[in-house]
Amino acid sequence: MNVGTQIKQSFDGWRLMGTPFVFGLLLLLTPILLMVLLSFWTQDYLDLDRTFTLANYKEVFSHPVFITLIKRSVVISLFVTAFTVILAFPVAYYISFYGGRRKALLLFLITIPFWTSYLLRIFLWKIILGYNGVINSGLISLNFIQEPLTFILYNSNAVVLALAHAWAPFAIFPIYVSLEKIDRSLLEAGRDLGDSAIRSFFRITLPLAMPGIIAASLIVFIPTIGDYVTPKLVGGTEGMMVANMIQVQFSKANNAPLAAALAIVSLSIVVIISLVFLFFNRKYLRRQI
Amino acid sequence: MTRQPRALLIFVIAYLGFLYAPVILLPIFAFNDSAIIAFPLSGFTTDWFSWLMEDESLFRALKNSLIIAVTASIISTIFGVLTARAMARHQFLGKQSMFGLIMAPLFLPEIIVGVSILIVLMQLGLALSLWTVIAGHVLLATPFSVSILTTAFNNLDRSLEEASLDLGENRRGTFFRVILPLVTPGLISSLLIGFTISLDEFVIAFFLTGTDPTLPVYIWSLLRFPSKLPIVMALGFILLVTSLILLSIFEFYRRRSETLAGGGQISENK
Amino acid sequence: MASPAKAKISTKILPMVDLKDIRKSFGDLEVVKGLDLEIGSGEFFSLLGPSGCGKTTLLRMIAGFETPNSGVVSIAGQEMTNFDANERPTNMVFQSYAIFPHLSVGDNVAYGLKKKGLSKNELKKRVDDMLKLVDLEGLYDRPSFALSGGQKQRVALARALIMQPKVLLLDEPLSALDKKLREQMQHELRRLQRTLGITFILVTHDQEEALIMSDRIAVMFDGNIAQVGQPQEIYERPVSKKVASFIGIMNFIDGEYLGKKGQKLHVRTNSLGEVLLEPHQMPSDLKLGKVTVGLRPEMMTVLYSAKEKSEHEFKAKIKNVSYYGDMTYYSVTISSLDGDISISMRNTAGRHVYRIGDEVRIGWGTESIVVLG
Repeated sequence: MNVGTQIKQSFDGWRLMGTPFVFGLLLLLTPILLMVLLSFWTQDYLDLDRTFTLANYKEVFSHPVFITLIKRSVVISLFVTAFTVILAFPVAYYISFYGGRRKALLLFLITIPFWTSYLLRIFLWKIILGYNGVINSGLISLNFIQEPLTFILYNSNAVVLALAHAWAPFAIFPIYVSLEKIDRSLLEAGRDLGDSAIRSFFRITLPLAMPGIIAASLIVFIPTIGDYVTPKLVGGTEGMMVANMIQVQFSKANNAPLAAALAIVSLSIVVIISLVFLFFNRKYLRRQI
Repeated sequence: MTRQPRALLIFVIAYLGFLYAPVILLPIFAFNDSAIIAFPLSGFTTDWFSWLMEDESLFRALKNSLIIAVTASIISTIFGVLTARAMARHQFLGKQSMFGLIMAPLFLPEIIVGVSILIVLMQLGLALSLWTVIAGHVLLATPFSVSILTTAFNNLDRSLEEASLDLGENRRGTFFRVILPLVTPGLISSLLIGFTISLDEFVIAFFLTGTDPTLPVYIWSLLRFPSKLPIVMALGFILLVTSLILLSIFEFYRRRSETLAGGGQISENK
Repeated sequence: MASPAKAKISTKILPMVDLKDIRKSFGDLEVVKGLDLEIGSGEFFSLLGPSGCGKTTLLRMIAGFETPNSGVVSIAGQEMTNFDANERPTNMVFQSYAIFPHLSVGDNVAYGLKKKGLSKNELKKRVDDMLKLVDLEGLYDRPSFALSGGQKQRVALARALIMQPKVLLLDEPLSALDKKLREQMQHELRRLQRTLGITFILVTHDQEEALIMSDRIAVMFDGNIAQVGQPQEIYERPVSKKVASFIGIMNFIDGEYLGKKGQKLHVRTNSLGEVLLEPHQMPSDLKLGKVTVGLRPEMMTVLYSAKEKSEHEFKAKIKNVSYYGDMTYYSVTISSLDGDISISMRNTAGRHVYRIGDEVRIGWGTESIVVLG
């Protein structure tokens, strides 16, 4: 079929999907391209200088604050991802293999806490972990401690904890779906051929659950680097992440191009890490079972 | 169901405790007679809820959020229908790339999406308004709509449409008598999901809202004032209950959609 | 009233379905390769062949869901090649039944009539009559997701027949049913067709089904029609080895066609001797030289006592015995042949049961042989 015929036959599909696609072009692709463009310009208060320059990127990579922020954001995201996924796996495993008829109910129960505003949930962690917060006031009134704990809020620990909580169901579900797809008779075959329960877990269950684990990891990792609310509410200065800086540069510092450069650099790091991660796990993604 | 390993069960229960920890606080402190969110508890009150009822800016923010959520969910559902139908029934050039772009918002940090749109609007000199937020929310909600409706359309047996034509009906009649009734549960799910996503969305709204804040943006402003915190608790509690009701409706329609489209057989015998 | 089935359609009566030089390709794949077919009014006609032979595509081109790349489709004397499905006097029973899940049984059956402007009472009466015809009386209000497979099939049938089509098309309608139900439905369909007198065109891969139900069968392979004829013709005088082995079981023996001997035709088989055959036992255009000779298992007998005689005999040894209840199949080896010969015997009372290793005599008659090109 030549291109001409293909184009003619494409009209139906284009007519249908055209509108959402153009919408995405205008509101997603174009803005991002513009942001890339902007990152090569400079801004002085309200004046935008459109000469092409790499000055912003130089600043991002040389200024210690920026480097620290980016490093910290990446490290926090990696911790959150590992934490969340590793904790989520046993729960997903339990529901899939031991849930019985209550599987749907258990899954439903897991989602209930998340039908509150995300903002509120993070804020609630602030209340729980705060100087006069729930943990401290509770422990003090029970006489377990005399002075309030300070290491639990306004630092990266709090950020990691709050985010691990926020992403929990998003990690549980893909892993659960992957585990559900595993044909139980495969495990029986493994036992039949001499594997103990633990061996068949590592040789059969875990490899077959990898697509779900990979999906869960990406689902948690990618948005976490760019998270704004959590570091702002519970991070303090020590837990500040790159998204907060982007917002500061954009508004208070009136330096949109620098903000754009920061955003592009963060996005690129996300993409690179994700691709590397996918590459190392490619053998698990080859077949769509 | 086989015997349960104790260690795993204990872990799961502890984990559930972790998940519910913040949320449990809402009903506790929404009714707690103290301006400070801390133990020990002070006594029962519904004052905070009365405050809520009298807060005008709250209602304005709520109204804004509802307008945005309803509009965004309708538009994203329409986009979802168009996309799902095109993907299921047609072949065309650029199919995968177009689909990729439409689904892309799922994989991008919200701040990137928000900032980039803001940049465009600034360059074009356009003002921020409810519509800018709606546009951002449509971007976010459409991929979800597409997934839900793709499932609904895939479950729609192609031969049902052919049967309708075979029996003398034209394309338009087939759409209204066969296709629409069968995807309606999917449509409702999509509307509800879009509505919920929009109602709760903060980052993009924060960047793209003009002088009319949405509910989450309004809550954000409240968080600066310690004295208003119990009110925030009360509000959170109401939101939780409302979300639960909406979620239950969504579940109900999702089940119904599966029964209709799947149409399993009761028995093979006459 | 069903018209008598004919081997050829008389050219004076117009065929109900007339296909001329139909070709259909999907992309680079040619699925139907230039075939002609005429189906008469009131016939129960089957398109028989293995999966992928193009039979369903052909049916869909008659229904109007596919348009041929070239060729002419005429229905009831009118050319309808480019007509939409809803413009043709045909109705289809789909393989998946395609029952509308959101409508009740009655609403499903009434679907096509809704636009015809009938009064409510008239509509209900027609639906009730049709439900009675397909043995679903009283199920008007039953929701369709609560039906069994067999019931769904009958709803699909009723829904199509109520439209009073000139041609009813059935796409492997019985393949999803279990054996007992399938046999029952085969007889039901046949009875229905005879009562209504409508032309039925059935697509199936099950040769038994085609043999049981049809007035005529078209055997298809790879987009072409290999043979058209009455069931008996196809079974007893297949034109090729492929057709012969697709329908029932056939023993194949190499041989040579030596030429005419008076009115008869001289054929030598490599293992069973020489025979003189009638002209109808071989293709009319057969050339001298190598041929394949076919002999059906039921055309041979295991001769028990020395007293039993047959026109031809050969000695064999029993290699395998398969008991089927009403028949027993013996697989035997003979010295002059590489492969095994299959023989079937009815299990009548008092017959002798042979065992593996028994040396036996097999008898057969000249008129049982068929030569396949």
